[in-house]
Amino acid sequence: MNSFVNTSEQIVQVVTIICMVVISISIILLMYRVIVGPTNPDRAVALDAIGINLMALAGLVAILLLTTRLNDVILLIGILLFIGTVAFSKYLEMGVVIDRDLD
Amino acid sequence: MIFAIFIPLLFACFVPILSKYKDKIHTGIFVLLIPFIIFLFFIPFIGSEFKPVYTSFNWIPSLDISLDFYLDGLSLLFVLLISGIGALVTLYSIFYLHKSERLGAFYVYLLMFMSAMLGVVLSDNVFVLYGFWELTSISSFLLIGYWHHREGSRYGALKSMLITVFGGLSLLGGLILLTVITGTTSIQEMIAQTDVILNSPYFSLIMAFIFLGAFTKSAQFPFHIWLPDAMEAPTPVSAYLHSATMVKAGIFLIARFSPIFNTSEWFFLIVSGIGILTLCWGSYMAVRQTDLKGILAFSTISQLGMIMAMLGFGTKAAIFAAAFHILNHATFKGSLFMIAGIVDHETGTRDIRKLGGLMTLMPISATLAFFGAFSMAGVPLPFLNGFYSKEMFFDVSLGLNEPTLLAADLLRQAIPYLAVLGSIFTFVYSMYLVFGTFTGEKHLDQLPVKPHEAPIGMLISPAILILGVIVIGLFPNLVNESFIAHTAEAISGKEVHKHIVFWHGFIPPLYMSLIVVIFGAGLYIYRKKWTDIYLFIPGQLSFNKVYDRFVEGLETYSAKITNSYMNDSLRRYVILIIGSIILFTFITMISTNGFAFHTNDLADFSITEVIVALVMAIAAVFTIFTRNKVAAILILGVVGYGLSLLFILYRAPDLALTQLVVETITLALFLLCFYHLPELQPRDESIGFKTTNGIISIGFGLLMTLVAVSSHSSKWFQPISNYFVENSKELGGGYNIVNVILVDFRGIDTLFEIVVLGIAALAIYGLVKLRYNKEAE
Repeated sequence: MNSFVNTSEQIVQVVTIICMVVISISIILLMYRVIVGPTNPDRAVALDAIGINLMALAGLVAILLLTTRLNDVILLIGILLFIGTVAFSKYLEMGVVIDRDLD
Repeated sequence: MIFAIFIPLLFACFVPILSKYKDKIHTGIFVLLIPFIIFLFFIPFIGSEFKPVYTSFNWIPSLDISLDFYLDGLSLLFVLLISGIGALVTLYSIFYLHKSERLGAFYVYLLMFMSAMLGVVLSDNVFVLYGFWELTSISSFLLIGYWHHREGSRYGALKSMLITVFGGLSLLGGLILLTVITGTTSIQEMIAQTDVILNSPYFSLIMAFIFLGAFTKSAQFPFHIWLPDAMEAPTPVSAYLHSATMVKAGIFLIARFSPIFNTSEWFFLIVSGIGILTLCWGSYMAVRQTDLKGILAFSTISQLGMIMAMLGFGTKAAIFAAAFHILNHATFKGSLFMIAGIVDHETGTRDIRKLGGLMTLMPISATLAFFGAFSMAGVPLPFLNGFYSKEMFFDVSLGLNEPTLLAADLLRQAIPYLAVLGSIFTFVYSMYLVFGTFTGEKHLDQLPVKPHEAPIGMLISPAILILGVIVIGLFPNLVNESFIAHTAEAISGKEVHKHIVFWHGFIPPLYMSLIVVIFGAGLYIYRKKWTDIYLFIPGQLSFNKVYDRFVEGLETYSAKITNSYMNDSLRRYVILIIGSIILFTFITMISTNGFAFHTNDLADFSITEVIVALVMAIAAVFTIFTRNKVAAILILGVVGYGLSLLFILYRAPDLALTQLVVETITLALFLLCFYHLPELQPRDESIGFKTTNGIISIGFGLLMTLVAVSSHSSKWFQPISNYFVENSKELGGGYNIVNVILVDFRGIDTLFEIVVLGIAALAIYGLVKLRYNKEAE
């Protein structure tokens, strides 16, 4: 029984690390898009995707460290990414982020 | 005695009130009382039974600075000159200055000066002396610039201020050194410790500093240039400050410190050398002047040089002669200045080329001028005091001890000839002064005012001074034992007795005087034939030009230096700041062996961290090189998110949270102001500029890396974080250690960071709002 738990823990760890490395590689590839990306929308989408990867990575780190304290971070990344991307989209679309009251 | 010094200053407070009634009664009449009372107070001290008087008042005991006043023969001579001539000058000024002038200001300055001068000559404490010394400079500055609407007055005032304050500061340096060496601030106690000072390694420095102070104040070569320009002052001021009192402050200083210095041969070499040079140069230049006060100014310079030279001789007889000449010079020069003022007042000009033949129109002034000028020239007449001191000067110039220094010996042999040379020119300009003004052709059509004799009140003061000339001339021994002998004793530190007689018999000084008279008369009569020499010596050269160039050069070059780095370019300043940080940190680290590299405490790292760091580094580099500003901000976002990821990896969730929020807000802020930002242009700076930037930035990065590595490699103390880990729950009542530190253990930092944010918010609000208001207007 104990050996089973130990083995599964080890498996979880190895899998987590493999996942982290893979996600890291995907961040690198996304960064290529951010830097080279022919247009700014490309870059914005790539940055958004990097954020998603960030969430994943934070979750994996939480698993690795056996902690729940990073859950806040994961949620926060989610909402901030949304805000950031919306702001960016609005800027790219209209040139401003906050509209002025017209009346 | 302290009251005598401060009465003028106290009274000066009331002068502005009194000057309100200047239309009814001339303010000078009230002021006249002050120097007269002081004069009467000090007169009883004269006498053969005189003993020095010492009084002391506490001022700053912790610094050993107290108001010590010491009245010995030297001070007595000076206080009597200051108060006596002060009274006469005030009397003269009552008639000289019209009631429409700013009388209040004039008398306030004059009284300030009187106080300062009395303070200088009576102080025994070196710092009190220095305080009064600077006060004389300041009040003299105010008096020279009295007619401040004139360009010349302002120039003269500034020049005298710069030169005398330069000397004053150097004097302060000398006095501080003296105080440090002797451990006392009292001049008399310093004199008692002469040996200590003479053997001190700083002796030459002290001497140089103090001499610089004295020479600038007393208008010695080459610092004499301020005195002729100070002639822009009202004539009473010229008569008082620039003939009788302030310019003798330097003489006083040398005399006061001569018991300390005069055993050194350098004292003789410097003081006598400069003095005799000043004598010759001043008298030579005086002949060239066309302005009456200009002649008198250079004459003052040369006479001061003569006194200085005699002080430098250091023999008993020479010191006696110097003391005697201080008195004599004050009498005749004061009167001559006043007469020059009268001529100016009554004819409207001081240009000697326009004057002439005034003898019949102004007989009394002419008579007084004849006596004064003949006394100044040292004409051998038994009723003029100038002759006695001049002959004593010749006498002592012959009787000098043989010094050991070669240069000093050369100077000793040259002095009699130089003395005669200087005196010949003294004779020439004295004759030129009186005969040019009062005899010869009249040019009444050239004069702005029709000349007539001055009012009687104006003539009283010069008449009293000329009376002094004659009384001393007739009965020289009247002032000898009771007065001058004490002065000489105070200067030399030994008892001095000398009998002054008119007729010595056929001895060398008499021949020298005769040579002076004969050659002087010849040069005066044929002066038109040889004055072309001034085209060659000094020709175009003058120390005024040196001064002007210096002041101008100082301004232009300091402007150039300032402009060379203050070019309003923020880039330049950042280069300078970062560059100096790099330079000084490197020097400090290397000189203190600060760089240290160990691998003891390094932690393991995973491949994830490496990848994240790599991503951040690549993104950072590309941020620099991208030309699209939106792209730049997005790539910068990669760096920011990478950082938050690092915080996660290193188990700092709070930091990661904050970093994420801040990163996003910064991104939004950039986007907000992007509309107003210029497009990123391809940089077209020169290669040199780019190289500098590259070197500076790489150097700074390298430096910070090295410092960081070194600081990690050298751990001197145990970290205190264990305390927080242990006590977070017990003392702070929380499990989140970071937050407990922020709000509990170190709450005050947080408080002020909140304040910073508040201020930033208010400032942004203000910037935005005020801009709008301005547009609305």
